[in-house]
Amino acid sequence: MIDLAQAAGLAQSASAGEAVFFWILAPIALGGAIGLVLSRQAIHAALSLAVTMMCLAVFYIMQSAPFLGFVQIMVYTGAIMMLFLFVLMLFGRDSKDSMFETLRGQRLLAVLLGVGLAALLSSGLARAVSGLVIAEPTAPAGQGNVEGIAEALFSTYLFPFEIVSGVLTVAAVGALMFAHVAKKGGHRGQKEHSRERFAPGNYPGPRPGPGVFANSDSTATPALRPDGSIEPASLSEYVPPRQLTPAEAAPKHTEGRES
Amino acid sequence: MNDPVWLMLIKGVLVFVVLVLLVLFTIWYERRVVAIMQVRPGPNRNGPFGLLQSLADGLKLAFKEDTMPRTADKLVFLAAPVIAVACAFTAFSVVPFGPVVNVFGIETELQLTDFEVSVLVILACSALGVYGIVLAGWASGSAYSLLGALRAAAQVISYEIALGLAVLAVFFQSKLMSTGAIVEAQAEGLPLSIGGAEITLPGWYFIVLAPSFVIFVIAMVGETNRAPFDLPEAESELVAGFATEYSSLKYASFFLAEYVNMVTMSALAVTLFLGGWAAPFPDSWWPGANEGFMPLVWFFGKVLAFLFFYVWLRGTLPRLRYDQFMNLGWKVLVPVSLVWLMVLAAMNIGLDTGNELPTRIAFAGGAAIVVMALIFFWPSRKPYEDPAEPDTGLGGFPVPPLDLAVPPNPRSLKQLEPASTSSAPINGSQKEEE
Repeated sequence: MIDLAQAAGLAQSASAGEAVFFWILAPIALGGAIGLVLSRQAIHAALSLAVTMMCLAVFYIMQSAPFLGFVQIMVYTGAIMMLFLFVLMLFGRDSKDSMFETLRGQRLLAVLLGVGLAALLSSGLARAVSGLVIAEPTAPAGQGNVEGIAEALFSTYLFPFEIVSGVLTVAAVGALMFAHVAKKGGHRGQKEHSRERFAPGNYPGPRPGPGVFANSDSTATPALRPDGSIEPASLSEYVPPRQLTPAEAAPKHTEGRES
Repeated sequence: MNDPVWLMLIKGVLVFVVLVLLVLFTIWYERRVVAIMQVRPGPNRNGPFGLLQSLADGLKLAFKEDTMPRTADKLVFLAAPVIAVACAFTAFSVVPFGPVVNVFGIETELQLTDFEVSVLVILACSALGVYGIVLAGWASGSAYSLLGALRAAAQVISYEIALGLAVLAVFFQSKLMSTGAIVEAQAEGLPLSIGGAEITLPGWYFIVLAPSFVIFVIAMVGETNRAPFDLPEAESELVAGFATEYSSLKYASFFLAEYVNMVTMSALAVTLFLGGWAAPFPDSWWPGANEGFMPLVWFFGKVLAFLFFYVWLRGTLPRLRYDQFMNLGWKVLVPVSLVWLMVLAAMNIGLDTGNELPTRIAFAGGAAIVVMALIFFWPSRKPYEDPAEPDTGLGGFPVPPLDLAVPPNPRSLKQLEPASTSSAPINGSQKEEE
C-alpha cells in the first residue's frame, strides 16, 4: 500500500477537485483490480479489468493528458478488451475457473510469493519516486498535448516506434498464418453441388420425416412406406427407432375435451 | 469554456431534452418516411400527423411486464442497457450546435463542452457503447442473443477502424481535433484558379475529402447497427439478436440508445464534413445567417437530412450477408482509407508552397501515379468464362431436351360434360366446366 500513500501525497499537492476525483476513482480502480483476480467467471474478470482501465484513463485526463486518456479508452477498453470478451464468449457461457487444486499447497505458496513480489516492487518504486519533485507538464511554447506527443513519437523516438509497429505487424501476420486453414478441394459452386445432388444413386428430394404414414409423429418413429415397410432414410443415427404402442399413440386428451 | 455552473447545468439538461425529443421525432419520421416509400399511410392516428405515436409506444413499452431469463447473469443483464444509454448520451456533449451567443448576459458557445481532443470523446463513447450490446447478448443466456452479441463485437471493431481512418483525414486536413475548431476551420473557402478564373469553393470537408466522407458515411451506418448493416439484430435470422430476452423499459433503453447513436453519428458527420452549424450558402447572401441562434436551423436541418438518409437506406437496401459485410469492411474500406491517407499527406506536401519545387512535384506526382496505378491494377474479379460444353442432362442437371415439343393443354381437350341427372345442378361442377 506504499503506492497508495505515495499517490495520496501526489493528490494532496494537486487541486481540490482533482483530489476529490482521485479518492472516488482510486478505490474503484483498486476494486476492479481485485475483482479481476477474485472473480470466478472469466467475463466478470474481464469487466473488472475494463473498469480499472477506465479509471486509469480518467487519471490521465486529470493529469492534463487528455489525448492519452481518450486513446486509452478507445484502444484498451474499446478494442483490446472487446477482443478478450469476443474470445471468452466464443468459449461459451459456462467456462468457469476450475476450483480443483492440482498442486499441493499451491494456493498458500501463491499468496506468500504474491505478497512478497508486491512488497518488493512497491518498496523499489517508493525508493525511486520519493525524492522526485512534482512539476507542471512543460510543453514547448505553442504546442498542445497532441503536438507534443506527435513530436516525441515521430522525431525523438521514431526508430523505437517503427520497430514496435514492425513487431506488432509480424505478430499479427504470424497469428493469421497459424489460424489459416487452406480449404480442401477449392471452392464448390452451385453447379458442383447440384451435380452431386442429382448424381445417380442419390435421392434429390428432402429426406422423409419421421412418422410419415406411421401412427405417430415422434422422432423415434420411422417413416413407413405405403406398403408398410420401414423407409431406411427416415431412421435417425442417434435416436433408436421404435413403433409406439397404440396406447402411447392414442390422443392424450390434453385439450380437456372428451372425444 | 468558462461557463458558470448554472449555465452548464442548463446546457446539460437541454442536450438531454433535445436528444430525447429528437429520438421521439426520429422514430415517427422513420416510420412515416418508410411508409411513404412503400405507398402506405404509416402511423397517423395519435396527435397531428401521428406525431405522438412514438410517445404512445414508449408509454406502452414502459408498462409491459419486465422479464428476466432464469439463466441470465443478473448484474450484467441489468448493467448492459444502462451502459448503452449512458454512452449514447455522453457522446453528444461535445457536438457544437452554434456559434457564441449571448445567454442572460453571458457570452457562451452553443455547446456543452469543448476541448483540445473532443472528437475523440465521440469515438471513445461509441467504442464503449458496444459493451452494452455485447454484454446484453452474453448475459441473456440465450443462443440467439449470444450470436447477436458476437456479430456486434466483430462488426463494431471492424467498422471502427474504417471510421477512425476517415476521421483521421479530417485531422490531417485541419490539424485540429476539437469539434468547435473543426467547424470554424471549414468556414474558410477554398480558393481555386481554373484557367485564370478565381473560384472560391466552400471549405466544407466533404468536397476536399470526398473519399473520406463516403467511407465515413458507410462506416457510420455499420457502427450504429442500422440497415443494411443490422446483422446483430437481424430479425429473420436471430429473432431480435442481442435484445431477444429484453422487455419493457430495458428493451426501450436499447431502442433509445440506437436512435441516440444515429443522431450522434449524424451530428458528427455534419460537424466534421458538412460545415457544422454554418449556413449552406455564402455569407454575402445573408449576412446574419451565421450569427445568434439562426445556425441552430442549419445544424438541425443537416442532421435531419442525414437521418433521412439513414431511413432511405433502410427503405431501399436489403441486409448484407455476413461475409459480404466483413469483406466490404476489411478488403475495401480499410485499404482504400489507408491509400487515401497516404495520397492526402503527399498532396499536402506537394501543395505546400513552403517546400522547394522539385519536392512538391515529386510528392504530388508520386501521389497521382499511385492513384492511377491502383485504379488500373486493382485486383478485380475473374472474368466470366462460358462453360466448355453444354449440359446434356446425363449425369448433370435434368435439363429438358432442346427440341422439346410442348404437349397440348389438357383443358383444351376436355369435352363439356352433359349436366348430371340430379334435379338441382351443383354450383361446383358448373364452375369446373367453365
